[in-house]
Amino acid sequence: MSEKNSGEKGDILLEMRDIVIDGYSDDRWHEIIKGVDITLRRGEILGLIGESGAGKSTLGLAAMGYARAGCRITSGSIIFDGMDLMKKSAAEKRALRGTRIAYVAQSAAASFNPAHQLIEQTVEATVRRGIKPEAEARADARKLYRDLQLPNPDTIGERYPHQVSGGQLQRVMTAMAMSARPDLIIFDEPTTALDVTTQVEVLASMRRIVEQFNTAAIYITHDLAVVAQMADFIKVLRYGVTIEDAETRKMLSRPEKEYTRSLWSVRSIDKKEQRSDDIILKVDHIDASYTGSAKVLHDVSIEVPRGSTVAIVGESGSGKSTAARAITGLLPPSSGQILFNGKALPPTLKGRSVDQLQKIQMIYQMADTAMNPRHTVRDIISRPLEFYLGLHGRERDDRLMELVEMIELNESFIDRYPGELSGGQKQRICIARALAADPELIICDEVTSALDQIVQKGILELLLRLQREFNLTYIFITHDIATVKAISDQIVVMFQGRVVEQGMKSEILSPPFPEYTELLLSSVPEMDPDWLTELLKARAEGARATN
Amino acid sequence: MNDKEDIVPSEGAELADQGYSAAAEVGVIKARRTFAQNVWRGLKSAPPTALFGLTVISIYVIFAVFAPLLAPYGEAEIFPMSYAPWSEEFRFGTDQLGRDVMSRLIYGARNTVGIAFVTTLFAFIIGGGLGITAAINNNGWLDNLLSRSVDVLMAIPSLIFALILLSMFGANTLNLIIIIAVLDSTRVFRIARAVSLNVVVMDYVEAARLRGEKMFWILYREILPNIMPPLVAEFGLRFCFVFLTIAALSFLGVGIQPPTADWGSMVRETAGLIQFAEYDFTAAMTPMLPAAAIALLTVAVNFVVDWFLHKSSGLKD
Repeated sequence: MSEKNSGEKGDILLEMRDIVIDGYSDDRWHEIIKGVDITLRRGEILGLIGESGAGKSTLGLAAMGYARAGCRITSGSIIFDGMDLMKKSAAEKRALRGTRIAYVAQSAAASFNPAHQLIEQTVEATVRRGIKPEAEARADARKLYRDLQLPNPDTIGERYPHQVSGGQLQRVMTAMAMSARPDLIIFDEPTTALDVTTQVEVLASMRRIVEQFNTAAIYITHDLAVVAQMADFIKVLRYGVTIEDAETRKMLSRPEKEYTRSLWSVRSIDKKEQRSDDIILKVDHIDASYTGSAKVLHDVSIEVPRGSTVAIVGESGSGKSTAARAITGLLPPSSGQILFNGKALPPTLKGRSVDQLQKIQMIYQMADTAMNPRHTVRDIISRPLEFYLGLHGRERDDRLMELVEMIELNESFIDRYPGELSGGQKQRICIARALAADPELIICDEVTSALDQIVQKGILELLLRLQREFNLTYIFITHDIATVKAISDQIVVMFQGRVVEQGMKSEILSPPFPEYTELLLSSVPEMDPDWLTELLKARAEGARATN
Repeated sequence: MNDKEDIVPSEGAELADQGYSAAAEVGVIKARRTFAQNVWRGLKSAPPTALFGLTVISIYVIFAVFAPLLAPYGEAEIFPMSYAPWSEEFRFGTDQLGRDVMSRLIYGARNTVGIAFVTTLFAFIIGGGLGITAAINNNGWLDNLLSRSVDVLMAIPSLIFALILLSMFGANTLNLIIIIAVLDSTRVFRIARAVSLNVVVMDYVEAARLRGEKMFWILYREILPNIMPPLVAEFGLRFCFVFLTIAALSFLGVGIQPPTADWGSMVRETAGLIQFAEYDFTAAMTPMLPAAAIALLTVAVNFVVDWFLHKSSGLKD
């Protein structure tokens, strides 16, 4: 392995020409990637961005000469360090993977084997390919853990995957990819599933380690602000074709194509905050716990004025979704009460009348699981119309059409199944289902966090328009500060089951901040390529100052 | 295996550089097919074993449905000649009372298969309904009560239990169906509960609860459609077991009672003929015919179930 990493920085490492990849669905082959080129030099990071379905991951895997089940690379050439991967046998390609090309998957939790210790999995490829003897590989893995700033780097490897947090697992996976000192690492949305506060740490350690070993990388994401921190070059993909290709700074400051510009403008929605004293929902000092475990909510009080949007923010585990479950009646609070339109709501779901249920509707994070895959859009939207409003026949169908048009879709969607809709369309159907009940309050639980930014913008604009038209009240649960800025009137910050701060948007989002709010706000990536560097510098100085 | 012509450029390529619109987002749209088209597509891709199984099952069904037209004599019609040899008049001879074996074989398809089918259906209605209910009530008192009762029932060997119950309540067809259905529903309960547990945690079930839907709606409209494939496969498998259990009980004399023609009891009644094999080979074959009918159907159903399980498991190779 003496020739490894022999190339100089700037030598061409990977060259993909005219890649065409077909995917098999519904008995036919469809072109997913339609002739895309990639050139990557040693030590460079290429950012691949685009909406879901743009072909980013498929292209990323093709860089390893791999096509997942149901896909095939039909034409083009993939030259990796002088070798044409298209002409290599499966065994030869396998020998490269994990040693010279490594892959970091989106869901670290799903990618580790729960039955083996982390360090065993970290060094597995390195040892089995005979690159290093086991003891040396393990020592190196511990060093990598330290470089990646994992807590207890010497012992963390002896834990099992479920014993560490998601952010830590993602870093262990980066260490695994690094173990054999590959020439190329493909990061496939490695931070999408993480909280903003964790994301910053993971991004920083990934970037540091890639620089340290002069590794080339392809970074796949739909988050522009993230890619701006990581990549030297950005390639924008849509429907399997390249829309634009440019150096990061140029791409951010002077995008040439209409589509790229529309991606950039996503964070531009702004809502004027409204004050209102007409309280529709009052959560009054509630505590809650899941049976047999510790309290999840401690003395939570929230006031929601009619016709406005209250955003509940916090990282995962902060109790924001639990608060929503208490409001809907899924988790009866152990003390305190919830007042709706001035009257106390029965704590349990069973105790509530159909009328009370009708007035509070919920929209879920994962539209995929929020709709029964065996029901058509017609079934899904019609049910609340029949159930709450007793509409039948023509009346119901007319209302159904109205709702579908209200969410900017058309008649052609009515007889589709959820599996035949895109992510944004699914979420729109869920919105229509909530609207069909003719509610006063809608609880939106992370409704946009699973969506691409451009689709998020569409959904947020829709929600704002519906709010104006029907004087709806929203409780908007999210961890994304950009969304909060776009949609809220009031903000509630939660941390470890308690309300840390509560007030109008303008008050909360202007200094001085309490410590946790500060951390949360400063962790949101910005579209400035120097943002991460600056932030890390500022935090390091802050730490030095407190010491 | 696929020509270049098959490749359809997905819509939207020409839209690549346009602004955003919700209706233009690309989802995978499946072609609309009628039920008949889907069946035909399924059959075209079925392996030969499954086709064989389907053919055999269809033949059994035809015999069961048209038994009175296809059988040369009546089900319990008695001729003066008992144990008649195979001949032009009696294709497979007659039994100990002088009834035509071939006619009874044909009627047996109706009785044995019909009763087994009805029993399995009951087992699924009882076990499936309770299993899903238990899953909805996950870890509540109802779930615990049902699951533990099922454990108790399953702890007793079912054939012996069935024998005891049938002797207690009397061996008639109705009792037979109820007892076997209840005993077999325990297996269905377990599988229905297990597969439902994966569905119950879905947000759409929670959404239905929040809407205030009744238990029956959640069970029937939200959960059942999503657990059908494993249940259908299990139905085939359970049908085989029920069918064999009934045949075994009939063979022991507590199953389907005479004069109803039934394959299990036919084996028992003519079993003695097997010792005459060295004198008259065809006579010795007489008890083998109903036994073969049982075996063939079991094999055929299993072939079809295997195919179906493979299809619904989503494995591509």
